[in-house]
Amino acid sequence: MSNLLNVSPSPHVHGKESTQKLMLNVVIALIPAFITSVFYFGIGAIIVTATSVASCLIFEYLIQRYILKKPLSITDGSALVTGILLAFNLPSNIPVVIVIIGSFISIAVAKMTFGGLGNNPFNPALVGRVFMLISFPVQMTSWPVPKGLGTGYLDAVTGATPLAVIKEGIKNGEPLSKLMQMIPTPSQMFLGDMGGSMGEVAAVALLIGFIYLLYKKVITWHIPVAIVATIAVFTTILWLVNPEKNADPMFHILAGGVLLGAIFMATDYVTSPMVPRAMLIYGCGIGIITVIIRVYGAYPEGVSFAILIMNAFVPLMNAYIKPKRFGEEVKNG
Amino acid sequence: MLKTFRIGGVHPPENKLTAGIPIEYLPVPPNVVIPLSQHIGTPAIPAVNKGDHVKVGQVIGTGKGFVSANIHSSVSGKVSKIDLAPDSGGFKQNAVYIDVEGDEWLDTIDRSREIKREISLSREEIVKRCLESGIVGLGGATFPSHVKLTVPSGKKCEVLIINGVECEPYLTSDHRLMLEKGEEILVGVSILMKALNVSGAMIGIENNKPDAIARMTELAAASFKGITVHPLKVKYPQGAEKQLIKALTGREVPSGKLPLDVGAVVHNVGTAFAVYEAVQKNKPLFERVVTVTGKKVSKPGNYMVRTGTPLIKLIEAAGGIPENTGKIINGGPMMGKAVSNTDVPVVKGMSGVILIPAEESVRKEIEPCIRCAKCVSACPLSLEPYLLMTLSEKSMFERAEKERITDCMECGSCSFTCPAGRPLLDYIRLGKSTVIRMARERNLK
Amino acid sequence: MSSTVLITIISLSLLAFISAVILYFVAQKFKVYEDPRIDEVQAILPAANCGGCGFAGCRNLAEALVRADTFEGLNCPVGGAPVMAEAARILGKTPAVVDPMVAVLLCNGSPENRQRTSHYDGAMECRISKSLYAGDTGCSYGCLGYGDCERSCKFDALYIDPVTHLPVISDEKCVACGACVKACPLHIIELRKKAKKDRKIYVACSNCDKGGPARKACKVACIGCSKCVKVCAFEAITIKDNLAYIDAKKCTFCRKCVVECPTNAIHEINFPPRKEKAEAAVENVN
Repeated sequence: MSNLLNVSPSPHVHGKESTQKLMLNVVIALIPAFITSVFYFGIGAIIVTATSVASCLIFEYLIQRYILKKPLSITDGSALVTGILLAFNLPSNIPVVIVIIGSFISIAVAKMTFGGLGNNPFNPALVGRVFMLISFPVQMTSWPVPKGLGTGYLDAVTGATPLAVIKEGIKNGEPLSKLMQMIPTPSQMFLGDMGGSMGEVAAVALLIGFIYLLYKKVITWHIPVAIVATIAVFTTILWLVNPEKNADPMFHILAGGVLLGAIFMATDYVTSPMVPRAMLIYGCGIGIITVIIRVYGAYPEGVSFAILIMNAFVPLMNAYIKPKRFGEEVKNG
Repeated sequence: MLKTFRIGGVHPPENKLTAGIPIEYLPVPPNVVIPLSQHIGTPAIPAVNKGDHVKVGQVIGTGKGFVSANIHSSVSGKVSKIDLAPDSGGFKQNAVYIDVEGDEWLDTIDRSREIKREISLSREEIVKRCLESGIVGLGGATFPSHVKLTVPSGKKCEVLIINGVECEPYLTSDHRLMLEKGEEILVGVSILMKALNVSGAMIGIENNKPDAIARMTELAAASFKGITVHPLKVKYPQGAEKQLIKALTGREVPSGKLPLDVGAVVHNVGTAFAVYEAVQKNKPLFERVVTVTGKKVSKPGNYMVRTGTPLIKLIEAAGGIPENTGKIINGGPMMGKAVSNTDVPVVKGMSGVILIPAEESVRKEIEPCIRCAKCVSACPLSLEPYLLMTLSEKSMFERAEKERITDCMECGSCSFTCPAGRPLLDYIRLGKSTVIRMARERNLK
Repeated sequence: MSSTVLITIISLSLLAFISAVILYFVAQKFKVYEDPRIDEVQAILPAANCGGCGFAGCRNLAEALVRADTFEGLNCPVGGAPVMAEAARILGKTPAVVDPMVAVLLCNGSPENRQRTSHYDGAMECRISKSLYAGDTGCSYGCLGYGDCERSCKFDALYIDPVTHLPVISDEKCVACGACVKACPLHIIELRKKAKKDRKIYVACSNCDKGGPARKACKVACIGCSKCVKVCAFEAITIKDNLAYIDAKKCTFCRKCVVECPTNAIHEINFPPRKEKAEAAVENVN
């Protein structure tokens, strides 16, 4: 190529974006949530996150190198992000073996079998998490009580999450007003001082991450806003109808995995729709299903299932919901 | 708030390195190769033979059919042969080879510098003069201007838009033309207004040329009634026809239709200048301003070049090809064509030549599509580039036609944005040409 | 047996029986009559659905064979003569005489013979490069080497040689289905009749430029000098647009043209080696 001119089709310049940079920005946006997870859950948070990230990367490397025999792409950062997000969906006292199994499902089954990055229909971290929930229900539903750095790891003291308290209490017929005394206050929940998975507790950290992602143009506002708004609307309706059985909307948004799901899981590029109109519909669907599972379903938390169910509809949405075309609505001339 | 189009668009780095460099007239080269097809439509038929002596401005090719254009000699000398010559894509086209002798112009051309303001030609005569003078769109599309000025019955031109946007990075020929020949351009616009029977015109200029905006506004306000100057937001592709019409008038040209269907006609400022010279000075189109630029070029500038000049002569005037040049682009970096050899001649549509250093010439490595939808948000015509690329790759052309692949104007915003470095536009172009060919075959049946 | 099990067995059996009866009557009512021979013929076809016969799938060819009076114009290149003979036996018709064909690349423009004049950096598909510009050499007709043909072959019969950047076609595996012919955007692959022992003689060039530019672009280009035409005693060679073409049906494989060609553009494949002068001609083939 030394003296020969390079010939290629236009355009001859390229923007500064790259897959790696986008993934790195997601990791940076997750740093506040990581800090709060260590702050509340101690050494367990570090062990689980490190195991999850390492196993995801190792599994992707092994599969690409020895089974698929394709060029390696672990440096693009997508396995790293899956590892972190999977960890953030888990309780901090989960044994390492289960984390490795979950990572295997996330990477090997939910991502690689479909063809690797860009081809999976379902969010890999959520598939891993739901698999672990169904296969290891006991370990996956024992939530450590946050005691800061002294929480311990496998020996952590566990307690019910706010969502579980409310759900169980309502089932037993106790009035909501009494149950609300037993759970942290909204400001405590906003800062993250409650039981739950490592990444979902601190709303403040997740919102900082959200603002960073918007600023860096990694995601657009459509999906998170649609999810949170839908949940707010429906829980408000339910709450107004029966304030003694249904919690208020602020509780529903701060408790559980709504913010983590809305900002980081539902906005996963590969499994979310391509067109803004479709993104809003997708977000509304997730919101509705989450509320239904939380209020009428068997599980206290429904965000993971809601996202996976809506993932199934994404190809249909991509095929039929088109962007508003330029020149569609011309009335003059 | 500056006017702009709303949907899509990208912000490539502007690199207007030559914005402050005045136009320099390049000396006549020792020989020229003038292609007989420098426009959209049927190539011109040779009007001279081997051995003929020609003067500057003489017709050497006559347009064939309505959508065609005349070709004029840009030099005086002897026709050495009429033979095939490679164009910037390497494809061989018919061309007139002339050995230059002196610089003798036709007597009919008015070479005086004074600006002639009064328009004495009638509407029909203006269109005829444009046809005779070989005027084509100098924004790069090279569409024969007399065709654009001929409004078919049933349609009406309500607004004339003059494109001074020059949204492509690096290019500054229109910028310098507005600064140095602003009054001539405005007379040209008035001529176009008369030809289209409108009482006003809107000139759109991107906001990164404040001096040109000021100059044109000042000139228009002083003595050109009806012509208004509008600064536009700096965003690519602000200068694209449909986007410019949307920004200035709010009207959207529907899919498959022309600007005239929303009552608009768009002409480039360079074309307006060429119309002035043709109508007022009887000078046909045989030279144009070409920006020669690049980060390592030693003497970048805006050169007035005669058509047919070998590209290498133009580059030599700018200091020669810099060492380690990887790519030479004919046009702008977003929509221009990379040339494979430097013997190609300068043609009417060559608005700029950019010499790119080797390290910037190599494409990014291709990675799988991560479905980030940045291409969808970048597309100014709200198409779905990722889908059109996949459909073209898998040869699913019927579906590509339904997804409006023929709407694509090949602006390159999608490929520019794609984080995975996917060659979106390569495949969309393939799909587009296949679908157009399929549609043509279908209509013939 | 308990009553629950008994009731279950009886009710499920009854349900199955009723469903079977309903399905039987529906199948009878909506039955489409099809000649049973179509299924018979389809069973002996290779089921590759490659389109080499000109039909969309093997079943469509089976239908056409059953309907047709003669087998003229109908042939399965994948199955070849044995399959056609069997189909003829089933249907009681006579098979047509079909020449065995093979795909041949009419170009020998490796980097050694044809110098590169630019470097292509776009999407690596021949059809994209062809629509962009005249190619990265001085010959705009020649093979680009990005493998559109390789990707189109369902029978693994051709691959792009990493040194010559030209497709290498395997005589054994090529079934002459024509997929590579359709895939090549330069139209320089054609199906040619092959002689006994897979022998072929063809002009390995598609350049239509005049002799001077053609030779300048590629050392082994056909310059349209007509020497081959003059030496052919069987009028098998014609020159059109400065390019020679050998009609495989008229060619008797006498090999006189191969020796005569000044640029070694004519190739002879799978012939026994000749004495001294011929060595040079055969060398190019490799």
